[in-house]
Amino acid sequence: MMMEAPAREPVNFAGLLKDAVLAAAIAFGLFSLLLGLKTDQTLNNQMVLVPRPGLLATVVGLVFVGRFLIGYWQAINAGKIKKRKAAATPLALKIEKYGTAAFVGFLFVYPMMVLGTAGPSGAIKWIDNFGIQILIYIMLGWGLNIVVGLAGLLDLGYVAFYAVGAYSYALLATSEPVKEFMAGLVGPTFWPLWAFWICLPVAGILAAFWGVLLGFPVLRLRGDYLAIVTLAFGEIIRLVLINWVEFSGGYAGISSIPRPSFFGVPFNATESGFAATFGLEFTPIYRTIFLFYVILVLALITAVVSTRLRRLPVGRAWEALREDEIACRSLGINTVNTKLTAFAIGAMFGGFAGAFFAARQGFISPESFVFLESAQILAIVVLGGMGSLLGVVIASIMLVGGVELLRELDFLKAYFGDNFDPAQYRMLIFGACMVLMMLWKPRGLISVREPSVFLKEKKAVSSDLVKEGHG
Amino acid sequence: MDDPPAPARSPRAPAPAERRILMRALSDPILKVQNLTMRFGGLVAVNDLTFTAGRGDITALIGPNGAGKTTVFNCITGFYKPTTGRMALRHGTIDIDAHVERLTDTPNDHLTSADGSLYLLERMPDFHVSARAKVARTFQNIRLFSGMTVLENLMVAQHNPLMVASNWTIGGLLGFAGFRKREKAAIESAKYWLEKTKLIDRADDPAGDLPYGDQRRLEIARAMCTEPVLLCLDEPAAGLNPRESLELNALLRSIRDDHGTSLLLIEHDMSVVMEISDHVVVLDYGTKISDGTPDQVKSDPKVIAAYLGAEDEAEVEKIEAEVGL
Ligand SMILES: Nc1ncnc2c1ncn2[C@@H]1O[C@H](COP(=O)(O)OP(=O)(O)OP(=O)(O)O)[C@@H](O)[C@H]1O
Ligand SMILES: [Mg+2]
Repeated sequence: MMMEAPAREPVNFAGLLKDAVLAAAIAFGLFSLLLGLKTDQTLNNQMVLVPRPGLLATVVGLVFVGRFLIGYWQAINAGKIKKRKAAATPLALKIEKYGTAAFVGFLFVYPMMVLGTAGPSGAIKWIDNFGIQILIYIMLGWGLNIVVGLAGLLDLGYVAFYAVGAYSYALLATSEPVKEFMAGLVGPTFWPLWAFWICLPVAGILAAFWGVLLGFPVLRLRGDYLAIVTLAFGEIIRLVLINWVEFSGGYAGISSIPRPSFFGVPFNATESGFAATFGLEFTPIYRTIFLFYVILVLALITAVVSTRLRRLPVGRAWEALREDEIACRSLGINTVNTKLTAFAIGAMFGGFAGAFFAARQGFISPESFVFLESAQILAIVVLGGMGSLLGVVIASIMLVGGVELLRELDFLKAYFGDNFDPAQYRMLIFGACMVLMMLWKPRGLISVREPSVFLKEKKAVSSDLVKEGHG
Repeated sequence: MDDPPAPARSPRAPAPAERRILMRALSDPILKVQNLTMRFGGLVAVNDLTFTAGRGDITALIGPNGAGKTTVFNCITGFYKPTTGRMALRHGTIDIDAHVERLTDTPNDHLTSADGSLYLLERMPDFHVSARAKVARTFQNIRLFSGMTVLENLMVAQHNPLMVASNWTIGGLLGFAGFRKREKAAIESAKYWLEKTKLIDRADDPAGDLPYGDQRRLEIARAMCTEPVLLCLDEPAAGLNPRESLELNALLRSIRDDHGTSLLLIEHDMSVVMEISDHVVVLDYGTKISDGTPDQVKSDPKVIAAYLGAEDEAEVEKIEAEVGL
């Protein structure tokens, strides 16, 4: 596959300059009103326009330089022949294998490490905001990966299944009739303690059920149509939750959702609580650590199941479907059922994650299930490299962890004034990440596909050959 | 599927006369197409086509560009629902003519009796044509799973038996021994076809990385992994060099002779058609204009006129000379 590199064409600077000037002109047109003028109030309440030529010039200048550099970078790379496979891909498979193992090991000791370094009060933030939060997104990413990465079905409404899971748990756990029924059956303390463990599988099954229900009418559609309908479905679920107040509490949501117990032992300061039972001093950190391990195990189950599914006929059929649906049908594969299983299993993991989310928060409302969440989960899958488990992990850390880190940048207020809130720049980082990725690695961070079966030697498949699916 | 690969046949084929006594379309049919018509709006792509393909025959479907050959394939394999017409396929020795009317009067798509089953292909969805009626096909513009390896392509082809063996995924997920055994057998069967198509050295390479000729053969191997009774090949020799084309002839013969699979073949390369087919059906503008042994068809004036374009006499003579008339 080694070919002589063709003589590189000289870089066309005039063209690059023209491009950059054009980009700067567009930026000027866009920002002249958005940034160039600011409305302000004078002391006698008059509205005045304050021109900000400096800011406008800086932004336009940045666009000019940025466009020029990107163009230059693309021009010098254009001559190079893309090397496929070669030495890099077995390495990529190794990274995926050992990287994942090392990362899982690290996750198991993470709470202890943080506890050791930051102390019980400082550690909560690191375990909860970083650990648990990122793990939830990793799990959601892995669940959606089955639908988008393996089966190639673009689902823009994944958050709907997250919501179904969360509300299933919240409603069942707080429902008076269920509580009374259980009290009559096994005593009054049982349900609040065990609700999470019983409702977790129920939430997953209900989400899978909704996945099938949505799938039936929708999976005939392809590509853009499928994307739009799934997006609409996500919105419908959210609007129903907002408007059907008797059922879901509307905007007010559901509160005092029972927290998970340590298999029957509650995390509280009472005699029978976790700390007392194990002879420890009571602090809230134990619950947080426990929740961390719960979501870790849930996420690992997702990973193990989806890895195994890939090597089973059903998983291979998903990938074949992504590659060529017509060929699948010519081989006797029932494509509708195959798509439905992908949808249902993906939704099921979303449902598990949702139930966990409700139990961790203790309170849920429709605000948590907006389209932006779907977009973020999808971004994680796409950024990670479709189909790659490790890619999802890296992307979750980057996107979710990155946003959490922004909250830590309070010291920047010293430079930008007290009104500066770094967390507001979340979307900017999000966008910048996506643009950079599209330029640098359009097929995601981990862009090789691992074959599900091999005869002599496992060779990674370059993403140039792997299709993205068509809906 | 454990039988060793058949010994390589000499690429030089025996003369047509000694090859087969007579085509078997009449005595032992596998597929009967009756009055098949396919319209696309005002365009009649296939017009009242009736023909029979014999079991153990290589039946060639030929005709100029746009004659409707691929459309016939798409109807047989369930990708198009024909406007009118009937396509009856049998497994075993069940008498098609004796049962087909009865089956047509029921709402069913198949009928099973002691001596075999009869299928009405026009009533079946495309994936049932492959899974139940056991008709496999290849595509004129190759459709491989290019991002999957060669071996994976052949494993996908064995989806249905593997799915049953994995207890619809449950048993497979739990790692039951029965599934692992069946999967090994599937890999063996894939290996057999890889050896037969000379792709075994590339088993772990992505299908999209193969050269064109290998991709064509892989598509045939993949279709054969579904263990079809009838294999429909849409221009398998297109784009092959002469050596590859000879090898393809040997492969197709071996499929016919060693595996009891009947073949239906669309082909533009006359040397391939005349060399290996037992029975030729000629289409022109969707209508059948000739039907018989290669020799009969070759000397049919209607075929020469339609196929070679009768306007240019000099060209006709030139091509006739090439074909060997
Ligand atoms: N899906 C379709 N919709 C409309 N017209 C179609 C469709 N499929 C085929 N046709 C038309 O039917 C006619 C027959 O096409 P077909 O592809 O069957 O020809 P063919 O004999 O396979 O030709 P070739 O040798 O070029 O492959 C053509 O005129 C084609 O344009
Ligand atoms: Mg054709």
